[in-house]
Amino acid sequence: MRYVEEFRDPKAAKAVLAAIQSVVDDIGATKEKPVHIMEICGGHTHAIFRYGLDRLTPDGIEFIHGPGCPVCVLPMSRIDECVEIAERPEVIFTTFGDAMRVPGTRKSLMQAKADGADIRMVYSPLDALEIARRNPDREVVFFGLGFETTTPSTALSIQQASREGLGNFTVFCNHITVPPPIRALLNDPYMILDGFVGPGHVSMVIGVHPYDFIAEEFGKPIVVAGFEPLDLLQSVLMVLEQIRDGRAVVENQYARVVPDDGNPVSIAAINDVYEPRPSFEWRGLGEIDESGLRIRDRYQAFDAEAKFGVGYGAGERSVQEPEGCACGQVMTGRIKPFQCPQYGTGCTPEMPLGALMVSSEGACAAYYTYGALEAAE
Amino acid sequence: MNAAAPLSPSRLRGDRVTLAHGGGGKAMRDLIDEVFTCVFQPPGDEDQARLVDAAMSEPGAQLAFTTDSFVVSPVEFPGGDIGKIAVCGTVNDLAVGGAKPLWLSAAFIIEEGCEIALLRRVVASMQKEATKAGVRIVTGDTKVVGKGQADKVFVTTSGVGVIPPGRDIRANAIRPGDVAIVNGVLGDHGAAILAARGDMALSTTVTSDCQSLNGLIEAVLAAAPGLRACRDATRGGLASSLNEMAEASSVGIEIEETALPLRTEVKGMCEILGLDPLYLANEGTLVLFVPEAEATAALTAMRALPEGRDAVAVGKAHGSHPGRVTMRTAFGGQRLVDMLVGEQLPRIC
Repeated sequence: MRYVEEFRDPKAAKAVLAAIQSVVDDIGATKEKPVHIMEICGGHTHAIFRYGLDRLTPDGIEFIHGPGCPVCVLPMSRIDECVEIAERPEVIFTTFGDAMRVPGTRKSLMQAKADGADIRMVYSPLDALEIARRNPDREVVFFGLGFETTTPSTALSIQQASREGLGNFTVFCNHITVPPPIRALLNDPYMILDGFVGPGHVSMVIGVHPYDFIAEEFGKPIVVAGFEPLDLLQSVLMVLEQIRDGRAVVENQYARVVPDDGNPVSIAAINDVYEPRPSFEWRGLGEIDESGLRIRDRYQAFDAEAKFGVGYGAGERSVQEPEGCACGQVMTGRIKPFQCPQYGTGCTPEMPLGALMVSSEGACAAYYTYGALEAAE
Repeated sequence: MNAAAPLSPSRLRGDRVTLAHGGGGKAMRDLIDEVFTCVFQPPGDEDQARLVDAAMSEPGAQLAFTTDSFVVSPVEFPGGDIGKIAVCGTVNDLAVGGAKPLWLSAAFIIEEGCEIALLRRVVASMQKEATKAGVRIVTGDTKVVGKGQADKVFVTTSGVGVIPPGRDIRANAIRPGDVAIVNGVLGDHGAAILAARGDMALSTTVTSDCQSLNGLIEAVLAAAPGLRACRDATRGGLASSLNEMAEASSVGIEIEETALPLRTEVKGMCEILGLDPLYLANEGTLVLFVPEAEATAALTAMRALPEGRDAVAVGKAHGSHPGRVTMRTAFGGQRLVDMLVGEQLPRIC
């Protein structure tokens, strides 16, 4: 497979790993006093464990797994609202499969489906649009979830529904954006991060400049990375070289996919349909200013919050996290997944308590699925 | 036997099954006679099959008995159909335990409106596979349920076989040092079903690996009598079978990613959809463990048969991390290979 296998070449990896070791030695990082690098994106977390990169890289590097898994940072209250909408008899609730098993306070969408709600998994909001066309007597709701990677496709489906005048299609918008939580993490008094591996697919849409503040205001290096193991290793090397040289700039390792200015068509669609909310709640991180998107008034007919009177328009939403759940501490890098008292006992991928165990991109699920050996040792 | 040739003149009316075909009266008798028993030709006139086989009377022989239900969607797919899979699945369940499969039962839950021509194709396919595997379908049942209460047809097969004296193949018999062998490429069934559903708008030439494996297992036993354990890697794929075996035998198992036999097409499909081929379902792929000294003999015997042509050693059992399966990745790392969580694809078999 071209464009895949070249980026998984073990020989090339050896050379990059040797270079990484040399820079780690130059910096003087050790297991006791490591360099902390956050991979922001859940796709990177998954790749690190899938390819065993955490075990291949020197002890002087510690990966902190960032908030870039949309399912993981979704507050329970939002799942409760999904269930509330889905259980209306007139509704066909459509969602990406990842969200099905996320626990709400009463039940997950999977449980609601078993209880009789008409919930359907789709691969694209355009599939939801097609369901709406075929079922004019039902209300079809799409659960809009994810970062800038998925936001353009829901924006385009709302624009399309508007052009067709579809009266039975709405989006329950929970789209979020990457830069604000990074700012929140950098402002955290416990902040221990030395550099970032930036999310490649998000950057394909928004470009690299939204991260300029990380380098300019906070003096931390960030390298936008691809998702193959060699991409990740090369990006880690680039971050380390900046740390060694005392530089802090935004670099683009994933230039074969990411244009510096992003994708103007997608950006225009996002701006046409959405605007920032004053604040949005992140599971484990709390409320973060301007970190979520809402549907603009001009598309209100396609906004499930307006149609069903749920969500941010409907008052207090915050719900207590389950007792003993330490997702927030894991996400800020204060503890490792296996240091959570619930890890592997009260919280497993089969019966997740916290969100980080639900998605395959969540740090806890990645540890559990691919890295439990290390935790067991 | 001439498969699918109805008794003449046909008393079956219409092209589709109605609730009357489940009512216990003439219509039901006609359906059973003209679609099922004329092809399967069960022995005798009694409701139960009365069976004798010389293998049963050998001192120390054991009866093996298994059952499995099949709900695969779509009913017909590239490389097979629900009938073929229902025979292969139960034959393989018997064979992986060391039994020689002899007799099957077949029960059908049929949805009102199901085309009779489809039933005929399914039945013909079952008989063809049964003949190939050397088993007889000796008893059965049909029920008809209302439209929407099933999806075309569901099939349950039970199987009886005989384990010859002295043969002891068990999932808990693997010892450190034993070699893991698979008989062919992984994930074809899962990939074929996924493409056949059409939801993904994927077009592929991959066909299901659905096949009976009893002949292959007998060939391995002749060449490598020390065969310890064998599993057909169906739902949950190779990863789940290996985990069950590691746990049952209290050994660790390490596989080599570079050794895993995968079609480029299946690999590509998994990359696009974010699936892991280790968890994709198979219907004619097994994993077995033999003592290291017998590995070459087992591989040679397998490769001599069409169902084992691509046989390859994929890993080894060892003494550390009992119950865990790990993989040496092509990239040089090591990772855990856990059981499948949740459902990768509903109604795969």
